[in-house]
Amino acid sequence: MNSSLYARRRLVNYINLSMASLAMVFGLFWLGWILWTLFANGFSSLSVAVFTQNTPAPGSAGGLLNAIVGSLAMAVFGTLIGTPVGILAGTYLAEFGQRGWLAPTTRFINDILLSAPSVVIGLFIYTVYVFQVHHYSAWAGSLALALIVIPVVLRTTENMLKLVPNTMREAASALGAPKWQVIMYVTMRSSKAGILTGILLAVARISGETAPLLFTALNNSNWSTNMNGPMANLPYVIFQFAMSPYEDWKKLAWAGALIITLSVLTLNILARTLLKQK
Amino acid sequence: MSDHATMNNHRRNDVIFVYLTRAAAVLVLLLLGAIIGSLVYGSLPSLQKYGLSFIFNSAWNPVTEEFGAWRPILGTLLTSGIALLIGVPVSFGIALFLTELSPTWLRRPLGVAVELLAGIPSIIYGMFGFFVLAPILSESVQPWLIEHVASIPVFGQLFNGPPFGIGIFTAGLILAIMVIPFMASVMRDVFEVVPPMLKESAYGLGATTWEVVRNVVLPYTKTGVVGGIMLGLGRALGETMAVTFVIGNSYDSVDSLFHPGNSIASSLANEFNEAEKAMHLSSLINLGLILFVITFIVLALSKLLLLRLQQGEGKKS
Repeated sequence: MNSSLYARRRLVNYINLSMASLAMVFGLFWLGWILWTLFANGFSSLSVAVFTQNTPAPGSAGGLLNAIVGSLAMAVFGTLIGTPVGILAGTYLAEFGQRGWLAPTTRFINDILLSAPSVVIGLFIYTVYVFQVHHYSAWAGSLALALIVIPVVLRTTENMLKLVPNTMREAASALGAPKWQVIMYVTMRSSKAGILTGILLAVARISGETAPLLFTALNNSNWSTNMNGPMANLPYVIFQFAMSPYEDWKKLAWAGALIITLSVLTLNILARTLLKQK
Repeated sequence: MSDHATMNNHRRNDVIFVYLTRAAAVLVLLLLGAIIGSLVYGSLPSLQKYGLSFIFNSAWNPVTEEFGAWRPILGTLLTSGIALLIGVPVSFGIALFLTELSPTWLRRPLGVAVELLAGIPSIIYGMFGFFVLAPILSESVQPWLIEHVASIPVFGQLFNGPPFGIGIFTAGLILAIMVIPFMASVMRDVFEVVPPMLKESAYGLGATTWEVVRNVVLPYTKTGVVGGIMLGLGRALGETMAVTFVIGNSYDSVDSLFHPGNSIASSLANEFNEAEKAMHLSSLINLGLILFVITFIVLALSKLLLLRLQQGEGKKS
């Protein structure tokens, strides 16, 4: 009687733990399959032309040069606009946020913005900017990306500053350093690597974002460095080319997908090793 | 005297510094207000014309300019529901494996692998779903399901549709793969806050690993687990590109899960740039507003639950 109960418990345990292991395999299976598909299709479509020619007309050969440059430009400006706001706000939450309602509320809202649908960010920039000036532009795209950068940077900055032991702040204050020097020269400096990690993660996040660019930067089939006009960008071009019936376009879409994924994964790994060194 | 001046300088700088950082924090708050405000403003014509009936109206016809959100809302809920149905058990299994079963040396690489899955841009999931998954589904999986499952009364009707490969079902499946890493990593994190003492006590009484998870870990972390699920749901509801690739962009009424459909996000991605009439545009923005409100509530709930778990740390559960 007792041994049958024991056997049943063992069996239940065995079954459930096997299911858990299967779940892990399930997750790895998709990761492997997706990456394999991407590499198989991507590498066979990569060529020098991809990096040296602009996006072609339907059915003819070409490259992704204008889209790559456009993506880089918007990612750079998006990061430049979003990062300072994120770092400053994160500093406020970590260093001055012990009292009052502002810090907890901001923290709460920021965590929601962190996971808010990016397509809504695109709509927001469309209504307040694109719709007002009556044309799509790379600036609008950069702004939309900046809004995605802010919550990521804010979150990591706050977390990293909070890791700094209070004794270090007290030591600096005891030496007579004013608050701003304590923060700039002691806490910020010791969490430099962590904050940089946050920025890298934010760049990784925006490099693959498509939805906010649909309604802001739109696309441009020609070479353009005019930030005040529509600009080509990799995610949009991939979307457009992948859904098209032309084989050449589809190949370019896979090449673009590979480029984006490799840069995103590289940034992620870079961020991780940076944090580990610390 | 100069010491005095330096002191004053420092004091002034301190004040500037505090205000500067506080301004940035306020800016983040204002951002949320501005997003809601701009969406309401943009959807005013549609809100005034349709009011609340917009939500339950299942028409969507840009030619006759009649717009209702019901079909996209339904598509959003269905795809996210499928994603949770598949994603929750798998995420739970992964978190369980990572915290209780995996050898220590494997935990880190597996954790990184899960995070890689989260890092892949959504457009890649879309392409994978469109070029790889959809053909397989339409050629083998869906015909099989139609043949064997569709004959079951009521339940079977869900699987009795055209085997196009693209549609609500495929979108839900892709979404499941996308939200698994988010849910799994939250669950793993909350499982790790369970004091080892509690688990060891249960093991000491002779409990099996599963019994420890079932009777100690889960009760201790249930708010956190639900919080993680809500986070996944929030992600699934607003996911745009992956869904747009595989959902099929159709406003037909959805009578089976294999039917092509539309989610709020995919309607926006597909139509926004082509919308020329003011009412069409405004109705699309109205859709965006609905999406934002739903995800806001879901994500806020998730955050509140996770906060509650944090506050309960160290207390008895």
